[in-house]
Amino acid sequence: MRVSLHLLALRQTKWYEYAVRFLFGGTITVLAGLIAKQYGPTLGGLFLAFPAIFPAGATLVEKHERERKRKAGIRQTKRGRQAAALDAYGAALGSVGLLCFGLVVWQLIPAHNLVLVLATGTMAWTIVSILLWRVRKSPGWF
Amino acid sequence: MQTTVASGWGIFMTELFFRFLIGGLAVSFFAALGDVLKPKSFAGLFGAAPSVGLATLALTASSDGRTYASMEARSMVASAGAFLLYACLSSRLMMQFEWSAAKASITALIVWFAISLSLWLALLR
Repeated sequence: MRVSLHLLALRQTKWYEYAVRFLFGGTITVLAGLIAKQYGPTLGGLFLAFPAIFPAGATLVEKHERERKRKAGIRQTKRGRQAAALDAYGAALGSVGLLCFGLVVWQLIPAHNLVLVLATGTMAWTIVSILLWRVRKSPGWF
Repeated sequence: MQTTVASGWGIFMTELFFRFLIGGLAVSFFAALGDVLKPKSFAGLFGAAPSVGLATLALTASSDGRTYASMEARSMVASAGAFLLYACLSSRLMMQFEWSAAKASITALIVWFAISLSLWLALLR
């Protein structure tokens, strides 16, 4: 299955939906910092892998898919939920990459350049997530 | 002394503001990437992007030092494991039990919290 970019999809999302994501993401980041300051970095660090993107993303995927079908004259559809479930499946694969990001940063940050470590961690997330997605999609996968 | 307290409070609020701004931008960026990519299973990868991690670790390493940031990253490994179970459960709730995306993804957060805190208590505290 080919990966494709659809920039027009940005228009489907309303301005307040972007605002909600921004506010939620900012709030979680502030909360992680405050919890770390109050209770220590080991507790605050848990929130670095809080599902900040997924709930809003999956809800929007379901909503936009339902709207698409409604405009095509199809009222009752499971397609929205199925699309959101696929989104969740992708997030599960991405979370393995997220684990690798955490591992890389945990091990390398004490002794190496901060920017390089974060870039390496992000690359680790990207490579592991995409590799898992590719392997999971290949016919030989059981 | 009052000036010292006021300037300390000012630095604290400035730090919070930058955390809010950078965290919001990071989450928005990865979320927008997920919006424009197809198929949906590929776009879903970005639902687990290290957006909060990147924003927080960059700021924490600068303000509190790299050892502190390293401890946060270690905890992140544990909660990323919780994220995996959270995402699997969300998908199952939507497909098998026909829950809406909002209901499934919000309810499953209970599992994320439970697993993350359990791992923290058992391994990290």
